Amino acid sequence: MKWLTLLMFLPLVGAAVVSVLPKANEKAAKQAALVTTIAVLLVTVAMTLNFERENVGLQFVEKYAWIPSFGINFAVGLDAIALVLILMSTILAPIVVLAGWNEAHGGRWSVKTFYILILVLETMMIGVFAATDLFLFYVIFEAMLIPVYFLIGGFGTGERAAAAVKFLIYSLVGGLLMLASIIALFVMSGDQFGHTFDINELSQLQMSSTTQNLLFLGFFIAFAIKAPVWPFHTWLPDAAASASPGTSVLLLGVLDKVGTFGMIRYCLTLFPEASKTFTPLILILAVISILYGAFLAIGQKDIKRLIAYTSISHFGFITLGIFAMTTQGHSGAVLYMFNHAFSTAALFLVAGWMISRRGSSTISDFGGLQRVTPVLAWSFFFAGLSSLALPGLSSFVSEFLVLVGTFTRYPVHAIIATFGIVLAALYILIPVQKALHGPTTPGNENLKDLNLREKIAIAPVAAIIVFLGFYPSPLLKIINPATTNIIAQLGFTDPAPSIEDK
Amino acid sequence: MTFTSPVLSYTLLSPMLILLGGALLGVVVEAFVSRAKRPTVQLTLALGVLFLALFQVWNIRGEQSLTPAMGSIIIDGPAVLLQGTILIISIIAILLIADTEHFTALPAALPGSEEERKAIAMGAQVTEVYPLTLFAVAGMLMFPVAGDLITLFVALEMLSLPLYLMAGLSRRRRLASQESALKYFLLGSFSSAFFLFGVAYLYGYSGSVDFAGIQKSVVGGSGNDVLLLIGIAFLSIGLLFKVGAVPFHSWAPDVYQGAPTPVTAFMAAATKVAAFGAMLRIYYTVFANAQWSWSPMLTGIAVITMLLGSLVAVTQRDVKRMLAYSSIAHAGFLLLGVIALNKSGLDSTIFYLFAYGVATVGAFAVVTLVRDSSGEVTDLNRWKGLGKRSPFAASTFAFFLLAFAGIPLTSGFIGKFSIFSAAYESGATGLVLVAILSSALAAFFYIRVIVLMFFSEATEDGTSVEIPSILTRTAIVASAAITLILGVYPTPLLDFISDLAIFIR
Repeated sequence: MKWLTLLMFLPLVGAAVVSVLPKANEKAAKQAALVTTIAVLLVTVAMTLNFERENVGLQFVEKYAWIPSFGINFAVGLDAIALVLILMSTILAPIVVLAGWNEAHGGRWSVKTFYILILVLETMMIGVFAATDLFLFYVIFEAMLIPVYFLIGGFGTGERAAAAVKFLIYSLVGGLLMLASIIALFVMSGDQFGHTFDINELSQLQMSSTTQNLLFLGFFIAFAIKAPVWPFHTWLPDAAASASPGTSVLLLGVLDKVGTFGMIRYCLTLFPEASKTFTPLILILAVISILYGAFLAIGQKDIKRLIAYTSISHFGFITLGIFAMTTQGHSGAVLYMFNHAFSTAALFLVAGWMISRRGSSTISDFGGLQRVTPVLAWSFFFAGLSSLALPGLSSFVSEFLVLVGTFTRYPVHAIIATFGIVLAALYILIPVQKALHGPTTPGNENLKDLNLREKIAIAPVAAIIVFLGFYPSPLLKIINPATTNIIAQLGFTDPAPSIEDK
Repeated sequence: MTFTSPVLSYTLLSPMLILLGGALLGVVVEAFVSRAKRPTVQLTLALGVLFLALFQVWNIRGEQSLTPAMGSIIIDGPAVLLQGTILIISIIAILLIADTEHFTALPAALPGSEEERKAIAMGAQVTEVYPLTLFAVAGMLMFPVAGDLITLFVALEMLSLPLYLMAGLSRRRRLASQESALKYFLLGSFSSAFFLFGVAYLYGYSGSVDFAGIQKSVVGGSGNDVLLLIGIAFLSIGLLFKVGAVPFHSWAPDVYQGAPTPVTAFMAAATKVAAFGAMLRIYYTVFANAQWSWSPMLTGIAVITMLLGSLVAVTQRDVKRMLAYSSIAHAGFLLLGVIALNKSGLDSTIFYLFAYGVATVGAFAVVTLVRDSSGEVTDLNRWKGLGKRSPFAASTFAFFLLAFAGIPLTSGFIGKFSIFSAAYESGATGLVLVAILSSALAAFFYIRVIVLMFFSEATEDGTSVEIPSILTRTAIVASAAITLILGVYPTPLLDFISDLAIFIR
């Protein structure tokens, strides 16, 4: 069965259905989008159950000739990492649709347009993780900017046009750097064994270390902009602050993961030597991201910008885990990507509800919500705890794995990164204290608590966060064989934990 | 002295002959058919002639001959591809030209004169633009298939002279239009003179004006290299002027702005195909063995063309001028394919020409739709909020801009990818990096226009979007469809080009 094509084309079918619905019937568009995303989720779950955990090769492989004269194929396939990320994306999609039921109303265009963009974006999110042909990956990597651009610019708030442009320009510049590297790989493959974009074949390319370093940089900078890693992060706070909460969830939860996913799938596989050469530098950038994001988060007055900066800190952890080059580090990083999506989703969705109720996104405007809207306030508190990696919640497991994995090889980096956790407690607890506790800020007295739809939307997120906090092994069992394989292929062995003789 | 009668292969020459015959017939129609029927008859004639020529081009695909006209014309795979491209672009462009709203009633009358007023009052509408277009197309068809320098020069003049006239035909802002025509004419004549000068030097170098003879001298290396270098330089000036490469570009923004928009569309797309077609033939065959004489020069020109085109476009406030600078930048990208001097360079340049040409006609077609009471509105500030007033116009224009920017799933991306990789393959790594840098710059101003159309609030100033006539709509939809299809599934066309594109020498 053509699982992956089915999965990729389902949302497109949904988009087509939405596009023919009458413009006035907004409810039908929402329902169609919800049904589609749930159907996609069910297919993904079925695929996850059929996934062979011990098989480290690609599964669900499909390959069709696309542009044979350039050796380009429409080739898709899943390894464990891609599967986990697709699962993450397809779980988030219906939640975003449900949580943002009324999000599209403030937009420049019709509600229909909003859901068409979301569904098209879902196809691309699946495709970008599933692609095993570099050209296909690049096409989707770039093309998915367009729906996001229109989602931010069309349905965002505040300085949405400027934020959308900033996002697009940053991403396009990164993409063009990557294109330069891709062209070089393409031409070299033509010289060495015939034009191809198959990543397995491309990883066999012979190249000098200078070439490898340059091409690695082309890819890495593109992914670092996407992720975003300090100092390529400046577009993110603006984009996240202007986008609607649902778009922000997809932007930070899924799209930014393409950056860290790309580091594993493309940087490490295609340029193993260059990855090792640049590891010290990248680790420093990662540690700076962790601390810088956390410090700036503490100072934010706007709740959406705060969440954006916490994400920069979290992406620092993910990058650290990837380039620590240990099995725990890698497994932790992949698990982190999954968990971060849900803790950020919880934060953004709850913050979105707070903002739409209060009509402001300034943290100090939310004083006393605990008394007025207890469920809302507790949800925010819970999301915050998940973000600061409280033991028992899912983020703790991944953060711990990343730090352990890093410590065995780079103890200094790990120790400095640990301060990020302390700062996390500050940047979460200070706004929680300001916003939820304390005297009720005038204007908040009559706010309504979460309605049933919102509770249904946030419940699965909370459930996943708690469940994976106590019992992460279902996911880790899928992830571990793949990460062990990658580390072994890179020629690393995990340093054995040792107790120094005193 | 004996006179040898010329041996002509009429089948291979038929596309050009059909065009010339059709153009002459058009002149007769202009003189004898009643005024009321003239526009319809002319349009039908022009379309019929273009389709017939395209049909003939299709029939002669795969034919190869060095002597269809005693060596003056060379028909081979690239010739067929380029002629087909020019004809397809012309067919789409003629649909725009058919909107007589853009053309002055009586071009011979002075702007603002009594005569002009009378002509307008009478409802007179001369339709000489059709035969002029057909003559220009005939010249364009001949330009990339010329087999000697004299034929090349004749073709150059044949395509240029009608265009000079057509640039001055605008109904609105006639003085600006005529000024642009004059500017185009003066600078064009100047570049033709350079071109002819180059021909003379090449004759002095090789003792021959046909390509085969010059090529033999280049390969043999017997002649005086100074003459060759001067000849190449001057010939190149003539060709680079036509494609609007920096520093021979200064006519482009003014002429693009002043000319009636349908003419701009035709000129921007088709001339570029013809001129690059000729450049490909000359550099890939005649001067191929003197690569080191011209490659550094073209590299320099490509670099400044790409950078200047993209940089200056950022500052433009007029949509037609912006498209002019964007077309200059694209000329720079296309030069990469010429410099590559390999099979993939040839294939990708032809693909790029087709993709870019079609998207250009489409983009200008949208420009013709945005008007106010005094004609077209090309001031970008007044395009604000277009997305709300006309989603059709704004979204198709945005799509063409994305194609120009080379975003995946448009033909522009496939074109850019293939031409950049061809250049990289030839070892021009630095050039590819400059091209990528300019693409990033260029993306900025394309996006700026999209922002204006979709994300800025409209200013209330009476700008309206015309309901497109059925012909204009066909032109826009056809261009958009081709741009999308070539972006999603370019394989058939790429394979077709790759099978055919081999020069015979």
